[in-house]
Amino acid sequence: MPVRMPPRDDRVLKRRHQIVRALRNMVPGEGVIDTEREMRPYQSDGLTAYRQLPMVVVLPDTTDQVARVLRYCHQNGVKVVPRGAGTSLSGGALPLGDAVLLGMAKFNRIIEIDFANRVAVVEPGVTNLAVTQAVEHKGFYYAPDPSSQIACTIGGNVAENSGGVHCLKYGMTTNNVLGCEIVLITGEIVRLGGKHLDAAGYDLLGIVIGSEGLLGVVTEVTVRILKKPEIARALLIGFSTLEAAGACVGGIIGAGIIPGGIEMMDKLAIHSAEEFVHAGYPLDVEAILIVELDGPCSEVGHLVEHVAEIAKLCGATSLRASTSEQERLLFWAGRKAAFPAVGRISPDYFCMDGTIPRAMLPRVLLRIRELSQIYGLQVANVFHAGDGNLHPLILYDANQPGELERAEAFGADILKLCVEVGGVLTGEHGVGVEKRDLMPVMFSQPDLDQQQRLKCAFDDKGLLNPGKVFPTLSRCAELGRMHVSGGQLPFADIPRF
Amino acid sequence: MSDTYKPQDHKDIEAAVQWAIAGGKTLEIVGHGSKRRLGRPAQYDATLDLSGMAGIILYEPQELILSAKAGTPLAEITALLASNGQELAFEPMDYGPLFGSAQGLGTVGGMLAANVSGPRRIRVGAARDHFLGVVAVSGRGETFKSGGRVVKNVTGFDLCKLLAGSWGTLGILTEVTLKVLPRAKAEATLVVFGMNDSTAADAMATAMAAPLGVSGAAHLPDYLASHFDGLSEAKASTVFRIESLAAALDDCLASLKSAVRPFGAVATLDEAASRRLWRAIRDVQPFWANGSCGDRPLWRISTTPSKGCEIATNISPASQLFYDWAGGLMWVAPPATQDCNAREIRHAVAAVGGHATLVRAPAAVRASVDPFHPEAGALAALTRRVKENFDPKGVLNPGRMWAGV
Repeated sequence: MPVRMPPRDDRVLKRRHQIVRALRNMVPGEGVIDTEREMRPYQSDGLTAYRQLPMVVVLPDTTDQVARVLRYCHQNGVKVVPRGAGTSLSGGALPLGDAVLLGMAKFNRIIEIDFANRVAVVEPGVTNLAVTQAVEHKGFYYAPDPSSQIACTIGGNVAENSGGVHCLKYGMTTNNVLGCEIVLITGEIVRLGGKHLDAAGYDLLGIVIGSEGLLGVVTEVTVRILKKPEIARALLIGFSTLEAAGACVGGIIGAGIIPGGIEMMDKLAIHSAEEFVHAGYPLDVEAILIVELDGPCSEVGHLVEHVAEIAKLCGATSLRASTSEQERLLFWAGRKAAFPAVGRISPDYFCMDGTIPRAMLPRVLLRIRELSQIYGLQVANVFHAGDGNLHPLILYDANQPGELERAEAFGADILKLCVEVGGVLTGEHGVGVEKRDLMPVMFSQPDLDQQQRLKCAFDDKGLLNPGKVFPTLSRCAELGRMHVSGGQLPFADIPRF
Repeated sequence: MSDTYKPQDHKDIEAAVQWAIAGGKTLEIVGHGSKRRLGRPAQYDATLDLSGMAGIILYEPQELILSAKAGTPLAEITALLASNGQELAFEPMDYGPLFGSAQGLGTVGGMLAANVSGPRRIRVGAARDHFLGVVAVSGRGETFKSGGRVVKNVTGFDLCKLLAGSWGTLGILTEVTLKVLPRAKAEATLVVFGMNDSTAADAMATAMAAPLGVSGAAHLPDYLASHFDGLSEAKASTVFRIESLAAALDDCLASLKSAVRPFGAVATLDEAASRRLWRAIRDVQPFWANGSCGDRPLWRISTTPSKGCEIATNISPASQLFYDWAGGLMWVAPPATQDCNAREIRHAVAAVGGHATLVRAPAAVRASVDPFHPEAGALAALTRRVKENFDPKGVLNPGRMWAGV
C-alpha cells in the first residue's frame, strides 16, 4: 500500500484475543468478526487502490452497544474506524491493521416519518435512497442524491457531507439534516438539534457533518424531507467548444435562474456514455450540458424557454428539451452511466473531485488537456457545472508498471490546479486518505492546527479514524500549548475612544 | 467604562488578543453593537470595535459569491446585491429596533456571529447555510482560515458552521465569504383569516406540503395582526408567501389558494404589501422597543413546527406571541416578571422539543437566567472543550453565552 498510515501499535495487537473477547461480551452473536476470510469484504472501500485488513470487525445493533465498544476502546487505547456502506471514494473507511472496524450496517431502521413536520428520523445504516422510498408514496423525497445512493448510507452521508447533482438548488447533506445522536469516543451520548430548524448552542451538528468519522459515531439522524416538485424538465444542449458551454452556464445563473442541476460532459465522456446507453447524445460536439429545471409547471415552462434562448445566444449547436418524463430520464441515463461507461474503455480509472470558481472552467480544462499529454494518460471530464465541481476521470491500467503512480501524480496536479485558481481539493468525496497529503496545498499549518484542536475537543487521544484528513497527527497537548509573543498594549497609533 | 480599540487589519486583532492573553484581560467583540444587549451581561476589560474593518473584497454575481471584511455594514452588502438583482436569500433580520436602535445597522460579521436569518429560512436555510469561507483570529491570537469561495466544498472540518452562531466566543471574524442568490422576480402573499393557532399550524403544514416552494408561512393572532405593516385588519391572519416569475405568479397563487381554501376565507396581498409584511415579520415589528410591548421581555423559540401551539397553551395567557417558519419559530413577549417566565417557557418547550433564547430582558435577569439554552452533562462538557480549544484563556466574549464559556 503506497499511502503512509499511522504506525502500528504492537501493544494493542498483542492483546488482540483479549480485545476480541471483550467485544464479544458487548456485542453478542455474530456481531464480532475476527477471521481473515470474513473480514476480507471490509478491507477497502470505494477507493479500491488501497487495502488493509482490520484487526477485528464489530457490527453493533444498539446505541448502547456502540457506547460500550467506544468506551472500551477509549479506556484501552484502541483505534476505531467507523464504516457505513463502504462506498467512500476517498478511503474514508479504509481499515487500520491495529484498529476496530465499527460497521454500522445493522442500524437500518426508519424510526419515524413525520409528514406534518416534514422530517424523517432514521438510523445511520439506512441507505440514502431508502429514505426517499419510505416517503415517496406521499410525494416527498430526500434531496441529497449522491450517485451511490442505492448503496450509500445516511450515516456515511453525514460523515462525508455528501452532495449529488441537485446541490446547487437543494444543498448538500449539511443543509438537509436537522439533528443527530452521536456517541463520543468516551461512550457518552450527545443529541444535537432535532426537528426544529435552529439548533441550540454551538453548531456542533454543522461540525459533525463532513467530519469523516473523526469526531464521533452517528447513531440516529433527523433529515428534512421535501415535497417533490410538480414537474422536472431537462434540456440537452450541445456546443462546439467547452468555452461556449461554460459561458452558457454563467449566462443561465447570471440571468437569475437556479436550475435543479446543470451537468457538463466533454467529448470522451459523451462518446463513452453514448456507446454504452444510447441516450441520443450528439456526437459531433465538444461538450454537452444537461440543464434540469424543476418547480411548479407554469414556472418551469417559462424557464425552459428562457434557458433555450440563452443557450442559442451562447452558440448551442443542438438543443432538445424533454417533453416527457421518459425523455428526461433518458437524457440523464448517459450522465449517470458516465463512470461505468468510462470503465468499459479503460481497465482502471481515478475519479477526481475538485471544485473551482465556475469562470475558471475553460482555463482549467485546457490545462487538464495539457497535463493529459504530459502524463500520457487519457482523461474524460464530467462536472457538476452549476457549482464548479469537477470529476475528471483519469484512465490508466494498473497492470502497466508505473501507470498507477503516474495517474496519482496527474490527479494531484489537477487538484493543485483547482486550489491555484481559487478552488478546493474536494467538493463532495471527502479528503480521506486520498487527498490527505495535499491538505497543505490549501491550508497553512495554523489552519490545520485549529481544525485539529477541534478534533481534540471531541477525541483527545486521537483514536477515531486516525490517518484520515490530516497529513500529520499532532498530539493534543502540543496543539494546546500557547505561544504568547505580545503583551504590549496595541494600537499606540490608532484612535481609541 | 472600558477602553475601545478599533483595529484596522487582522494584525491589529492578533496584537490585541496577544495583549489580552499576556495580561489576563478580556475582550468584548462588537461590530455596530446592534445585538449588544443580547446574552449574559458581563464586564470586559476592553472592547474591540470591528466596524473599522469594512469593505467588500470581491463580488462575482455569476459565481454567486461575495467576500467582505467582517465590519462591512450589512446594508451596504444588501444594497449592492439588490442592484444586481441578487440578495442574501436567508433574509437576515434586523435586531436593532428590538433594542431601541435605528433600523439598518449591523455588520456582516455580527450577522454571522449570531447566525441570523428570516422568514425564508424554512426554504433556504440560515446564515450558516450560506457561509462559505472565513478568516478569523482565535483566542490564541492566531489567524486561521476555513472553507473557501466555492459553494461545494468538503475539504476539512467546516469551521464556518461552528463560528456561525458562536457570538464571538470562539474567534473574531475578519473576512467572510457568502453564497448569494438571485432575488425572485415577483412575489405575493395569501392571507387566510380567522384561524386559531392549532388550525393555523395544520394550514401551514398543508401549504408547506404543496409543491409550490412557499417561501414564508406565518401565523399572526388577532391582537397582533394589525401591528404588522402590510396588514390592516385586527383578525387572526395566517400568511403565505409565493415567489416566482412574474408570468407564473398567478398560477402558483391559484394552486396555493385551492390548497388552503378549506381553512377559511382568503385574500391576496400585492407585491408592495407583501414585501412590507414580510419585512415586518422578519424584524418582529410588534415587539419593537418603541412599541406597546416594548418594555416586555422577548423570547425566541425554535421548536417542532406542529408543536408551537402546545407551547402557547402552556405559558402565561397574558403573553403576546406570533409564529413564523410554518410554526417552528415563535416570538413570545410575556408580561414582565422576575424571571421573565423562564421556568414556565423552558418547561413548555422541553415538553415538545426545541429551545428558547431570552432575546430581550433587563440585565439583572440576563445575569440570573441563562439567555441561551442551558446545557448539561456530556454536551455542556463538549461545549467547554470546544471553547477551550479555540480560546484557552477565555479572552473572547467570555460569559456571553454561558457562564465560564
